[in-house]
Amino acid sequence: MRYLPLNSEDRADMLARVGVANIDALFADIPKAKRLEHDLDLPPRKTEIEVERLLSGLAAKNVPAGAVPFFVGAGAYKHHVPASVDHLIQRSEFLTSYTPYQPEIAQGTLQTIFEFQTQVAGLTAMDVANASMYDGSTATVEAVAMAHRITKRRKAIVSGGLHPHYAEAVRTYAAMAGDDALVLAPDVFAAETLGALVDEETSCIVVQSPDFFGNLRDLSDIAAICKAKGALLVAVFTEAVSLGLVQPPGAMGADIVAGEGQSIGNRLNFGGPYVGLFAAKAKYLRQMPGRLCGETVDASGRRGFVLTLSTREQHIRRDKATSNICTNSGLASLAFTIHLTLLGDAGLRRLARINHANAVDLADRLAAIAGVKVLNKTFFNEFTLKIAGDAAQAVERMADLGVLGGVPVSRLLPDKGLDDLILAASTEVNTEADRAAFVEALQGVLSC
Amino acid sequence: MPATHYTKSHEYIRVEGETGVVGITDFAQAQLGDVVFVELPPVGQSLSKGTEAATVESVKAAAEVNAPVSGTVIDVNSALGDKPGLVNEDPSGTGWFLKIKLTDAAELDSLMDENAYREFLKTVS
Amino acid sequence: MLMRHGRSLEAAEAAVPETRTFTGNRGLEIEEGLIFEIGRPENTGVDLDEPAPFEHRLGSLERQEPSGLPGLSEPETMRHYVRLSRMNYAIDAGIYPLGSCTMKHNPRLNEAMARLSGFADIHPLQPQASVQGALELIAELARWLMVLTGMDAVAMSPRAGAHGEACGMMAIKAAIAAKGEERTRKIVLVPESAHGTNPASAAGAGFEVRPVPARADGTLDPAAVQERLGPDVAAIMLTNPNTCGLFEKDIVEIAALIHEAGAYFYCDGANFNAIMGKTRPGDLGVDAMHINLHKTFSTPHGGGGPGAGPVVLSPRLAAYAPVPFLCREEGGLRLVEQQSEAPGAFGRIAAFHGQMGMFVRAYAYMLSHGADGLRQAAEDAVLNANYVRAGLRDLMSEPFGDRPCMHEVLFDGAWLKPTGLTALDFAKAMIDEGFHPMTIYFPLVAHGAMLIEPTESESKASLDLFIAALRHLAFAARRGETERFAGAPYQAPRERLDETRAARNPILKWTKPGHLKAAHEGRPRAATPFTIT
Repeated sequence: MRYLPLNSEDRADMLARVGVANIDALFADIPKAKRLEHDLDLPPRKTEIEVERLLSGLAAKNVPAGAVPFFVGAGAYKHHVPASVDHLIQRSEFLTSYTPYQPEIAQGTLQTIFEFQTQVAGLTAMDVANASMYDGSTATVEAVAMAHRITKRRKAIVSGGLHPHYAEAVRTYAAMAGDDALVLAPDVFAAETLGALVDEETSCIVVQSPDFFGNLRDLSDIAAICKAKGALLVAVFTEAVSLGLVQPPGAMGADIVAGEGQSIGNRLNFGGPYVGLFAAKAKYLRQMPGRLCGETVDASGRRGFVLTLSTREQHIRRDKATSNICTNSGLASLAFTIHLTLLGDAGLRRLARINHANAVDLADRLAAIAGVKVLNKTFFNEFTLKIAGDAAQAVERMADLGVLGGVPVSRLLPDKGLDDLILAASTEVNTEADRAAFVEALQGVLSC
Repeated sequence: MPATHYTKSHEYIRVEGETGVVGITDFAQAQLGDVVFVELPPVGQSLSKGTEAATVESVKAAAEVNAPVSGTVIDVNSALGDKPGLVNEDPSGTGWFLKIKLTDAAELDSLMDENAYREFLKTVS
Repeated sequence: MLMRHGRSLEAAEAAVPETRTFTGNRGLEIEEGLIFEIGRPENTGVDLDEPAPFEHRLGSLERQEPSGLPGLSEPETMRHYVRLSRMNYAIDAGIYPLGSCTMKHNPRLNEAMARLSGFADIHPLQPQASVQGALELIAELARWLMVLTGMDAVAMSPRAGAHGEACGMMAIKAAIAAKGEERTRKIVLVPESAHGTNPASAAGAGFEVRPVPARADGTLDPAAVQERLGPDVAAIMLTNPNTCGLFEKDIVEIAALIHEAGAYFYCDGANFNAIMGKTRPGDLGVDAMHINLHKTFSTPHGGGGPGAGPVVLSPRLAAYAPVPFLCREEGGLRLVEQQSEAPGAFGRIAAFHGQMGMFVRAYAYMLSHGADGLRQAAEDAVLNANYVRAGLRDLMSEPFGDRPCMHEVLFDGAWLKPTGLTALDFAKAMIDEGFHPMTIYFPLVAHGAMLIEPTESESKASLDLFIAALRHLAFAARRGETERFAGAPYQAPRERLDETRAARNPILKWTKPGHLKAAHEGRPRAATPFTIT
């Protein structure tokens, strides 16, 4: 077996040194009746060539985003990732190291976490950021739990513009912990009045911007209302690139920010692994979930970095920890950091402008089709289309024509009377020809 | 003449009249290692004997500081906010945690005096 | 002469110890500043064309303050991160015997497969007809996991082990609620040797945690469990093999007691790598168990993640699995994504469908090994751990008596006590010898714990050197050569770091010198070389 260094001679020598007659003697604590006497009914080992052939065959049954005009978003976005990012994260020293528990021989990982934390704080305009969560949805769940701890209240109000999967996760966790999560009805036009719902029992309001339907939301007013009522504002985003162009949550008064960082440095991966971004005001630092990396010095006075404030975490506080998270999104956060380092502020802003420009162009073209309406007054790189017909069918038929033309809203929000809505996203990877193909496909689908 | 009483969880209370100064013992600070953070209760909070009054954290450990006896918090050592290391340097002096007004002085009888605590330490280490 | 941010070079020079080189570098080991010190916001390593003028749709919400984040050209970026990478230890560079963490070799075939565009470049919400190959892979991986564990169902969406624990505990909570017992069954029993994630996950799912002590041999006594069982107990969370590296030999009896009491058996599967192909958790009475794909099936740890933590479920819990899950229908596989389609499902724990990138890697690992290879991997892991044990047990002390271990061997600090050294000192001295230390101070049930997990990826020669080096250090400790331990490591990119300082005055991000006085005060001098202007 190519991954196992021991050969049968080694094994015999080692068993002798250990002082047992055979390997099964080392498994003697397993009750005899429960031991497997034969290999399980699964195929035997395969060569590298065989595995490659088999998996390539499965991969070939899928339609990659890069192979077609592609406009699917709704919480995960197709962006270009520079080749150097993937090269660097495959460095053995990053790829095959563990959580940096021995800081003297993990300064590489630790310094990149410190850079990541600084970048996330800068991007969101918040005081502090942690070393990552699993993804945007679980970061949102953690943000709500953190708001409960800080306010000692147990009712979260969840905007109808929050990604439905995020809202379901928040609701599931809240139900388990015996907390309240009031999820508002889908809010296509960003018209809900959240402020009126905040009362003395409200721990937090959870609002996403750009929201699930693509609308940009000014959070300043709701932040002020939260402040007056002793509640916290949890701001969520699923498209990190938007922060290059759109007012960041920290500038609008957010107390806690939870976001999805996949857009920067990470590929679509069919939904994971992604990278959850988590930031907060400094005064809430000790209630934050997840790892934090801090700066310090070594015994000879040189700057170095360590994991710090660990007493918040499960390995020390156990059932009183701020979260159960252990493994996070280390390598995906490194990809985020490297890509953002390549971009820099100027590059990120330009990337965001291109996204916005492409989406504006697409929206204008689609709006010109008879029976198609763009519902958004504001948006970044994604918006909601209302079509004369069933959105799910239209998207499938466009797929038959070789265009992946967005997400039918009903896939995430069925039975809500939203069957004629499509979310369409356009990023820097779309060409003018792609957009023209989308227009043509939708036109074709609607006219037949 | 103030008398100091000790708990099995290594808190002390130094009583003068109706008030007592609460902190952790030298043994406790040594077990914890460098103290990096102390969380203190609000003044005015009432505590019952044995319940959590404060938390103390070192780099790798967090511990609860329990009220040795029942009482109301009348003062806390705010210097620990900036200098948690005082707990290590001078646990029975400048590293104190809080002052309480005792509810029932008779509760002190259930605590150890200095000699008894010294004997007790021999059994734990 | 100025450093880039205005600190004088003279002052920096004065602070440099004489043994240091002018640059601070040591041969191949190169000091590297933060991107914030070497980059500039206007620099970039990505060429993008400015779009033609257009009317924006941002309303009044255009960003006012730029992020100010620095950019670097591609060559500078490569150099920065390559230099940083060289300050890391890695499994590719040497044995990484972190007990309970399972640092085994990460096959590069798996990386290549996960990067096939048919897996890496597909969107979780594109039409399901366009991702049938991906769904097939998930279904196949799920089948392997069910066969290997002898369980009935598997929830694939948990992002990591702890997320899987939460998922399993929620399924248990849903099952209890379905029986109308959610008000009474609130207690979860967790042995003191458990990973910290176990009590944290149980608490997060709204349970109260009660400890169960282990007996003198390091395993759980069925009588101790029975004593704590009652109508208020919802579940037990048990790691098997446990964190002391021992198989819970009374597990079948314990499972029966739990079931008799109307409670559920959650097994922490972090150590499944020791028993795959040797026994099946389903046969042992387990109701739910997460599998850390990043441990047992070797998806890389990546400096802390990402992982994946699918949860296998017994028939008692299968109906409560969260969405999404897969259905095989005429015409192919279909994701059930809505709770309305799955009335028993307890809800959803995250967006989308799980860690596909990790699934591809884990499945490639399974296919490569096959049923025979997976069993062999478990056997070799156990053999390697026992070989290390045999090589060290005469010098080090074992907390639970003289008995073979499973995939990891636990020593305690008793043997070190006369030397005055700590497990931490010993671990740091290992760094100077070129090894990553073992896990120390865990599990909590052993004082001064040292938990060594060599995994099946180590050759006999590698283990021989490791054992010889540890023996050498153990003798040095006994001889009283305390200096080589107390100040260690001496040979690493950094000496011992001041964790107290980091925690007392947390500096969690870079701030512009002079920009925020408080955050900058007492800031250590950058080890980074300076720019000569």
